[in-house]
Amino acid sequence: MKHSRLLLPYTVWMTVFTLIPLGVVVFYAFTDSLTGAFTLANLSHLETYLPIFLRSIFLSLASSVICLLVGYPVAYTIAQTKPSRQRLLSMLLMLPMCMSFLLRTLAWVAMLEDTGILNRFISALGLKPLPLIRSNGAVILGMVYNYLPYMITPLYTVLMKIDRRLVEAAQDLGCNSRQVFTRVILPLSVPGIVSGVTMVFVPAVSTFYISQKLGSPGTTMIGDVIESQFKTAYNPNLGAALSLVMMVMIFLCIGFMNRFSDQQEEVMTP
Amino acid sequence: MGKELIRLTNLTMEFDGETVLDGINLYINDHEFLTLLGPSGCGKTTTLRIIGGFLTPTAGEVRFDGQIINDLPPYRRKINTVFQRYALFPHLDVYDNIAFGLRIAKLDEVEIDRRVQEMLDIVSLRGFESRKVTQLSGGQQQRVAIARALVNRPKVLLLDEPLGALDLRLRKDMQNELKRIQQALGITFIYVTHDQEEALSMSDTIVVMDKGRIQQIGRPEDIYNEPKNAFVADFIGESNILDGVMLEDYKVEFFGRKFQCLDKGFSPREPVDVVIRPEDIDFVPPAEAHLTGTVTAITFKGMQYDIIVDFKGFKWLIQTTDHQPIGKRVGIRLNPEDIHVMKKSEYSGLFGDYSSYSAEYDEIGEEDGDEA
Ligand SMILES: Nc1ncnc2c1ncn2[C@@H]1O[C@H](COP(=O)(O)OP(=O)(O)OP(=O)(O)O)[C@@H](O)[C@H]1O
Ligand SMILES: [Mg+2]
Repeated sequence: MKHSRLLLPYTVWMTVFTLIPLGVVVFYAFTDSLTGAFTLANLSHLETYLPIFLRSIFLSLASSVICLLVGYPVAYTIAQTKPSRQRLLSMLLMLPMCMSFLLRTLAWVAMLEDTGILNRFISALGLKPLPLIRSNGAVILGMVYNYLPYMITPLYTVLMKIDRRLVEAAQDLGCNSRQVFTRVILPLSVPGIVSGVTMVFVPAVSTFYISQKLGSPGTTMIGDVIESQFKTAYNPNLGAALSLVMMVMIFLCIGFMNRFSDQQEEVMTP
Repeated sequence: MGKELIRLTNLTMEFDGETVLDGINLYINDHEFLTLLGPSGCGKTTTLRIIGGFLTPTAGEVRFDGQIINDLPPYRRKINTVFQRYALFPHLDVYDNIAFGLRIAKLDEVEIDRRVQEMLDIVSLRGFESRKVTQLSGGQQQRVAIARALVNRPKVLLLDEPLGALDLRLRKDMQNELKRIQQALGITFIYVTHDQEEALSMSDTIVVMDKGRIQQIGRPEDIYNEPKNAFVADFIGESNILDGVMLEDYKVEFFGRKFQCLDKGFSPREPVDVVIRPEDIDFVPPAEAHLTGTVTAITFKGMQYDIIVDFKGFKWLIQTTDHQPIGKRVGIRLNPEDIHVMKKSEYSGLFGDYSSYSAEYDEIGEEDGDEA
């Protein structure tokens, strides 16, 4: 009895903010935009958008991998410093997060524009301006910049929890510093890598503002298409159908990642 | 016992200006079982970590086979460690934990398997090869830690309170087991404990430490029978420690009486500490006694009674198999071999007084009783 009463707030929250919106999305996805009758037509448009889906996955996977490559050394370095320093460093890391996502992206626009800060600098050096903006690279850069903290935080948490004595045990058994890393630290940080990649990939694959600002029509991502169905194309039913597909995709993705880290999970609590 | 293997010379360790080890001088022979014994915080682990290569001493020398190894990293030392709380690799199973060092050394898998199997037998863990180390009991984890270190056949094994987390029964079994392994494989053991019984029963040599300094080095019998100062006398077993004056060789005065003893080499009328072990004292009828006193407390301890006797306001602990009722007047005799004379030290007057006996000694038992 006590138990179910404690569950009440959670149940209400889930109903109002998850189940009902989900129901609405499913309803729209399976109804016709004009008549409101049941239809599968919205979902049959999917293959038109397949290239965009694939591009979204590619761009966000690339961002995740870059975030991992950049974030791991950063997280590792922070985890190695003195505890007092650690708090300062992880706060600095979170600092850009206090600024609006839109502002952060616009800041990059100002940097990369054809007449932006970087290109003016390049011109001042007497060189030809570079086409920095409106490319896959610019979109990936925007995503890496925006989502990097989501990678570093779980990595840092896991790395910080690794027992110093395990490192000493490895050295004791003959490991040089490279072997300590590959044999002990890297395997023990797999759960952090998995949750970091998930936390970057999921918001990246569904993001809709970055590619509009930093990309070109050739870099449109699925999030942008969904947004436009609601805001400019006035076809919420198609938008809902695309959202539904994306949601299923993300769920499969999370499920896959979790299975991967479950094997490691029990191992993390010695 | 073999030749000298490790030598520590004037070893000093400071952390943030605080001296934790203060001029440690010690040598360790090949095949020796040497124990560092001392209270918590006295610097045992620090000494071990310096030998293992995890700390560089602030001053002094560590020599291995005559070579100075102060700055040699741990992975290049022929030394392995059983850590204070095992530090097993949680991402590997029992087999892979034990095989870890051999894989780093790039032995071929056939040889690795042979040696791991052999080790599993020695520590009686056959059948546990593919268990997660997190699914093992404390005793099993401890045996994996020992196997993981021993399988590399180190010259020296460092063990930092390896039995600390085990219950009494398992502790005793593992003490015998470790001693057996040490003798069978002929490896030098440097063993850390703060359990004096463990130290006495396992070691060839005991090093008693306190406050970062070595108080005494010796064979277990010597440490027990001839403690150098009041700290050692009190830390190794129970002791009654009295103020006395050495009159001449073989003659000491305390409690206003002169006694024969076996000690010599003090200056005339030198103030000394006199140690009398509780189990060395025998009751005699008051008429034949050197000293008479009154029984003030008695506690049954299984093998013996702990009896507190008040001699002129100074309380002694006496351990005997005879029951003596509280309030009875009893007499004791002290034979020369029961009396051990020590030089005065910074520890004089701090130990060996049982005046507050019942309060400190039985508190655990009594608290249990109150709660029931
Ligand atoms: N890395 C360190 N930094 C600062 N002080 C330290 C450090 N390591 C140990 N100390 C201090 O050095 C002293 C000795 O510590 P050590 O771990 O050697 O004691 P120990 O004899 O092993 O005690 P225990 O029986 O409790 O394990 C303690 O006062 C401890 O606080
Ligand atoms: Mg210790």
